[in-house]
Amino acid sequence: MFATSDIGGKLWRIGVWAVVGFFLLNLAGIIASVVVDSLGTSWFGTWLPDGFTTHWYSDAWSGFQLGGVLQVTLEVAGAVILGSAILGVPAAYALARREFPGKKLVMLLFVLPLIIPPFTYGIPLASVLYQFGLGGTLTGVILANLMPSVPFVIFILVPFIEQIDPRVEAAARVFGAGTWDLFRRVMVPLLMPGILAALVLVLVRTIGLFELTFLTAGPDNQTLVVALYYSVFAAGIRATQSIDSMAVIYMVTSLICLIVALRFVDPTQIVGRAKKAEAH
Amino acid sequence: MDTIPLIAPATPDRDSLKRRLERAGFDAITLLLLPAVLFVVVLFVYPALYGFWLSLHPMNGGGWLANYIAFFSDPYVYGTIITTLELAVPVTLVNLALSVPIALRVRHMRHQRLLTTLLVIPVTLGTVLTAQGMLNYFGPLGWFNRVLMSLHLIHMPVRLVHNFTGVFLSQIIGGFPFCFMLVLSYVTGIDPSLENAAAMLGARAAQRFRHIILPLLAAGLAITFCLAFVQAFSVFPSAVLVGAPSGPTRVIAIAAFHAAYEEYDYSMGSAIAIIMGFVQIIVVALVMWISSLFYRGPAGGGKG
Repeated sequence: MFATSDIGGKLWRIGVWAVVGFFLLNLAGIIASVVVDSLGTSWFGTWLPDGFTTHWYSDAWSGFQLGGVLQVTLEVAGAVILGSAILGVPAAYALARREFPGKKLVMLLFVLPLIIPPFTYGIPLASVLYQFGLGGTLTGVILANLMPSVPFVIFILVPFIEQIDPRVEAAARVFGAGTWDLFRRVMVPLLMPGILAALVLVLVRTIGLFELTFLTAGPDNQTLVVALYYSVFAAGIRATQSIDSMAVIYMVTSLICLIVALRFVDPTQIVGRAKKAEAH
Repeated sequence: MDTIPLIAPATPDRDSLKRRLERAGFDAITLLLLPAVLFVVVLFVYPALYGFWLSLHPMNGGGWLANYIAFFSDPYVYGTIITTLELAVPVTLVNLALSVPIALRVRHMRHQRLLTTLLVIPVTLGTVLTAQGMLNYFGPLGWFNRVLMSLHLIHMPVRLVHNFTGVFLSQIIGGFPFCFMLVLSYVTGIDPSLENAAAMLGARAAQRFRHIILPLLAAGLAITFCLAFVQAFSVFPSAVLVGAPSGPTRVIAIAAFHAAYEEYDYSMGSAIAIIMGFVQIIVVALVMWISSLFYRGPAGGGKG
């Protein structure tokens, strides 16, 4: 729309692009300032740092026990991906294919964790985990991160499953496949693109999820984002360049995941399908 | 959808309960829901109820409402609700207001994918990199102020971090991409022929937006508002890092964290967390109610 040739339309178009340009310019400035700072020797009150070095990266690696933090991050992400696949995929299948009394209630149960602020259930969840001796442990962090991921996977997958013709399953049934065979030999292969997309998005989300890890993690099992927060929060102990180099490592990790995710799936499509599914 | 279970008919008397359950929709496939439901019940419903119970049992004695009374009688604490709303509502509205016109332009583009990827980058930055970058870039000696001063647009550096503006900007940077992706997907779902028909009948651009696009987009905008609002309302890291956490940007999440983890009063922390959840639900319900006043129906023109 607004593709009119009159002056108002043109001005409007220029205005919209100016806003996009301004946003991207400042975004580039923000990212560049972190990257430049992480590579600079000292930088105060000038356009660019006095000199360039890479020693902040090796410092961050040893000083922050970055290797350990990255390992925890990957372990948590891996466990969350596995767990949300095991719990989410069958549930999504059931929701997509069956109508039963109380379905609305089940849907509500899955929607709530996505619209309630993480702090609201994070604080009681942390105290429940501490009660069971899981607070501050890796298992506790994994469980807390798994919590919003399971509904997330379900809501991404339901529209994917609804696109598959139910007659394919009926045919498999006619040839004597049980539920397990049907699932393993028919549904999972057909759903592979959707499952991969959902899981890569879970990976990106888990790496970025701050609140729940922050509330449940102990000192030995912080993920990268929480370790970063503490290092900034305790600013003054560490050079900003050191924090910035860690932030760059975080950004690169997360960017690689997102680019991989975007190769598998177009996020706009997911929501487009999800919207159609809601209309049923 | 036709969901007759394709299971060989068993003898009616022995399997009657099973058959009846299946007819109601409970068969082996429905049971696949059980693990996920159990998981959410154990890790979401139980903690939520436990938190509610905990909030009614104040650590320092007093009646069962003592925490809530304490919350609403201290302006420093209940003021955090207002602070958070003052931040979250404008941030969400600005993000939506930016997303709609940009999405309406982008949908006609050929190199859509490139621009969407660029706009989605902030998702990968994380709050801390955004905060660090903002402190460098928007700081008094940062590039932003330097450029403006070199251009003689300002004489003194503008204060953009460690205050309300800082948190506001960081929420726009972090929240806009998310809003934009959702709005874009809703906008691309609208059949362009509806708008073309209106244009043919002589509707101007503004009229087409007001009478065609907006009503069709209302439901999607409401959902986007809710999802974006959740993020803005539970702002925590950026309120601490680029805001003024003891004053102008003391948001409700900070108050809850302070009570539970710095004063070790889990009971009060849970009470604040639950108040936070309630405010959130009220806003979501309000937005959903407003959007229900608009037209609801297919946006696909004909096929819907």
